Amino acid sequence: MNGSPWNPVLYKVSSKSIENADLLTFELDPVGDEAIDPIAPGQFNMLYAFGIGEIPISVSSILPSYPTLVHTIQDVGRVSKSLIQLPVGDIIGVRGPFGPEWPVAQVKSKDVLLIAGGVGLCPLRPVIEYILDHREQFGEVNVLFGTRHPDNIIYHRDIISWQSDPSINFQITVDHAFPSWRGNVGVVTHLIDKAKFYPENTISFLCGPEVMMRFGIYACLDAGISEDMVYLSMERNMKCAIGLCGHCQVGPYFTCKDGAVFPYTMMKPYLNISEL
Amino acid sequence: MRSKDRPRYVLTVDHLRGLFDELSDQGYEQVGPIFRDGAIMLEKINSFDELTLGYLEQQDKGSYNLDQHPDAGYFQYSVGPQSFKKFLNPPRRKLWEANGSSSNFEITVPERPAKMVFWGVRNCDIEAIRILDKVFLEGAYVNDWYQAAKEDLLIIAVGCTHPSKNCFCTSFDSGPMPYEGYDLSLVEVKDGAGHHFIADGKSDLIKHWLNDTEAQLASKDDLEIASRTIEEAIDNMPIRLNPKEASELLKTNLEHSHWEQVASRCLSCANCTLVCPTCFCSTTEDITDISGDHTERWLTWDSCFVGDFSYIHGGQIRPSTRSRYRQWMTHKLSNWYDQFGSSGCVGCGRCITWCPVGIDITEELAAINDNPVGPAKDKKSRGNEKHKGST
Repeated sequence: MNGSPWNPVLYKVSSKSIENADLLTFELDPVGDEAIDPIAPGQFNMLYAFGIGEIPISVSSILPSYPTLVHTIQDVGRVSKSLIQLPVGDIIGVRGPFGPEWPVAQVKSKDVLLIAGGVGLCPLRPVIEYILDHREQFGEVNVLFGTRHPDNIIYHRDIISWQSDPSINFQITVDHAFPSWRGNVGVVTHLIDKAKFYPENTISFLCGPEVMMRFGIYACLDAGISEDMVYLSMERNMKCAIGLCGHCQVGPYFTCKDGAVFPYTMMKPYLNISEL
Repeated sequence: MRSKDRPRYVLTVDHLRGLFDELSDQGYEQVGPIFRDGAIMLEKINSFDELTLGYLEQQDKGSYNLDQHPDAGYFQYSVGPQSFKKFLNPPRRKLWEANGSSSNFEITVPERPAKMVFWGVRNCDIEAIRILDKVFLEGAYVNDWYQAAKEDLLIIAVGCTHPSKNCFCTSFDSGPMPYEGYDLSLVEVKDGAGHHFIADGKSDLIKHWLNDTEAQLASKDDLEIASRTIEEAIDNMPIRLNPKEASELLKTNLEHSHWEQVASRCLSCANCTLVCPTCFCSTTEDITDISGDHTERWLTWDSCFVGDFSYIHGGQIRPSTRSRYRQWMTHKLSNWYDQFGSSGCVGCGRCITWCPVGIDITEELAAINDNPVGPAKDKKSRGNEKHKGST
């Protein structure tokens, strides 16, 4: 709209589905003729709630029916709460897409190791979708998902289908469980023992809390995956998403335009420095 | 035509007054240094005679004083608390407004900025504008307001003849004499013999005007006096830092104990970032009127010293003053090179003058330089850290 990267394009909430107590998945369709460019796995949009504000949210699924957008939003603050309370038919402002993609389309015949923590599964879901659509391009495919509690599990229908799909190895663990839980308990990095991959031919994507990603990366490296085959998705405060507001800096990088998806080799000098 | 081949003219105060009026007639908004609230501020002015006349200044760490002096001219001080960024990237501006409700709203965008003239721009501030160009115009996304403000901008620069004690522009490639990035540059000469300006006109508009003034060409003596005043200014500014070395030094000293030491003095007040001519961080504010059907989105200056600057759900990334000062200084002197290919500091000294506790960025750098810890250790030996949970 009017050529300024500050101006959102208006989208209508066309459907909402509840993932768990505080997570919803939205489908959005443009109100008018104007739509943002097609979005790719790993990219994010700025979503605006009328009169409240704007937050960065990763794309959580890529439908063949462009320009429909899919975003999963967790109720963690003022804007996200306003967004998830919007009824179907209401309007959300959208700016984007921003940031580089997970390099999944560039990968040929590699084994894949995805490690997700909590809502970190959302930005990785389009990667899983892409892999399943192009399964012949990949070797072994592993998805390791850790979440706090069985109640926090999201994308139930997808997970059931991934778990029953022999072409991917989907593993799930929780930090704490109720007595009837029959699955894994413990941190997500422990699941790496259940993954099948040839380290020297493996690419790994991680998304989750920073501490989880840090230990996830160590686990990948300990398993023999090479540093330059590890990617992670960072989270920082973002106001503009276009590299002009300064909020999202990590060392020399702007998380909004240099990331949010970073090769580990870029983040390596900064991940262990506290409060950077 | 190269700068040194252009003719220099001798302009009087009346010439400049005439230029001011002519530019007003052409519809320019004019901005220049005026005296207000005990300081030299940059404001919109309606007449040439609103410009400061007869002030000398004294700056020191955390201190700024102006004295009236009958022999002082219009520009014989260094820089006040403000820089021209406030006109190119205003402290508060409306990005857009929306009318309706969450079920149906429309967005409208405000008008572009007026065309402007900046009077009395020092080379440090020209350098700062060049740096902001890289930030706002040369990346993947453009600050459209800044771009529009720059399009018709006229810069009337002055050679800085009276640098303050806190100035260190000579530590960078720039120095006190503007060499590009202006339309007209002036060196003010005020002595017993009179009051005039040695002028170099660069843009066509100014060259035509200079031609029409029938001003005298500067003599060899005039030029010599002008260059001597600039040389004296250079001599009065010791080299305080080596920008390239500083950039490398800070990269390997992110965990230096000195950050804690600075933090024990720093109030995290954000003054340094507000007075800095290149600090560009901003935030957005959404303001809705009481009816709830009109909302405005504003862009306002922000600072990496402010508590919620780094806030994400769950807390701040940089809760401590130590981490905020480190962010500011490493951004200015080191990360800026990686991001924009230049220093983020121009040596104007404003952050030193306007720091309420007199923290001097060059001294803090020197303290780290005197006792560097070297490359940060790779903590792959992760004994101190406990992995508590996956989420």
